[in-house]
Amino acid sequence: MIFSVHVEVRLREGIADPQGSTIERALPTLGFDGVSGVRVGKSIRFTIDAADEAAARAEAEDMCRRFLTNPVIEDAVVELEAGAGAAS
Amino acid sequence: MTTRVGVVLFPGSNCEQDMLEAVALVGGEPEVLWHGDATVNGVDAVVVPGGFAHGDYLRPGAIARFSPVMGAVAEFAAAGGPVVGICNGFQVLTEAGLLPGALQKNRGLKFLCATVPVRVESTESALTRRAEEGAVLRIPVNHFEGNYTCDEATLAQLRDEDRVVLRYVENPNGSIDDIAGICNEGRNVVGLMPHPERASSELLGSADGLPLLRSLVA
Repeated sequence: MIFSVHVEVRLREGIADPQGSTIERALPTLGFDGVSGVRVGKSIRFTIDAADEAAARAEAEDMCRRFLTNPVIEDAVVELEAGAGAAS
Repeated sequence: MTTRVGVVLFPGSNCEQDMLEAVALVGGEPEVLWHGDATVNGVDAVVVPGGFAHGDYLRPGAIARFSPVMGAVAEFAAAGGPVVGICNGFQVLTEAGLLPGALQKNRGLKFLCATVPVRVESTESALTRRAEEGAVLRIPVNHFEGNYTCDEATLAQLRDEDRVVLRYVENPNGSIDDIAGICNEGRNVVGLMPHPERASSELLGSADGLPLLRSLVA
């Protein structure tokens, strides 16, 4: 079965995020006041062929742990959907 | 016998020429180790130099660990061979699991390019054995992701085992416990953000890198 996978890689809480801080400081100059907590992450999309959803999720999470994230400074959120469409 | 020092060249490395020069300057015999060859060629020491290995794709150092040479470097390190990672090389060694922790973006949001004072905290490592404990060396840093971090258990272990070999006197990047360089349990693998190869002559502004470079070759 094909599953579309979306991995969102985020810096863990407390890890410096210069891009997020810079964007947050820039927004008020365009009149966007009241914005806080800006964090910049990475979005990784792919499809995976696996026996079922649990197997696809396990594989994607293993990828995150071993390669797609550095667990010392990053977390990942894995979203999964049956079919190839959502990854395109 | 002259010490042969292999300097790993990845696509995107940019400090390997400086390192080769510096090794020759202190009497070693430098040679390039191409990242695509699964061997360290029988050298006596390995340096993973600075730069942007594999373009820093995904994360600094994240792709380099898949280069064929890294398996040979890991074997060499496991056998007690001296391995030093400088700047991007430090990032490569943490990503490859040869050193604990990670390098996050600098506190203060800025790329740093400055010569900073660094204190030798331990002379028991492949890179500091010819230096003097407590000596303050002026060595350039040149990085954006140089802010060393690790979990509390790892930090406690690094401190207990005296594995923080270099500390910043004035912390430029926010690294935990002012860490500029650490070593592994065997003390043969060392990672540091400062560039000793750029402090190899007074003409370059500082010759304070020499004791570190000499540690590699004699």
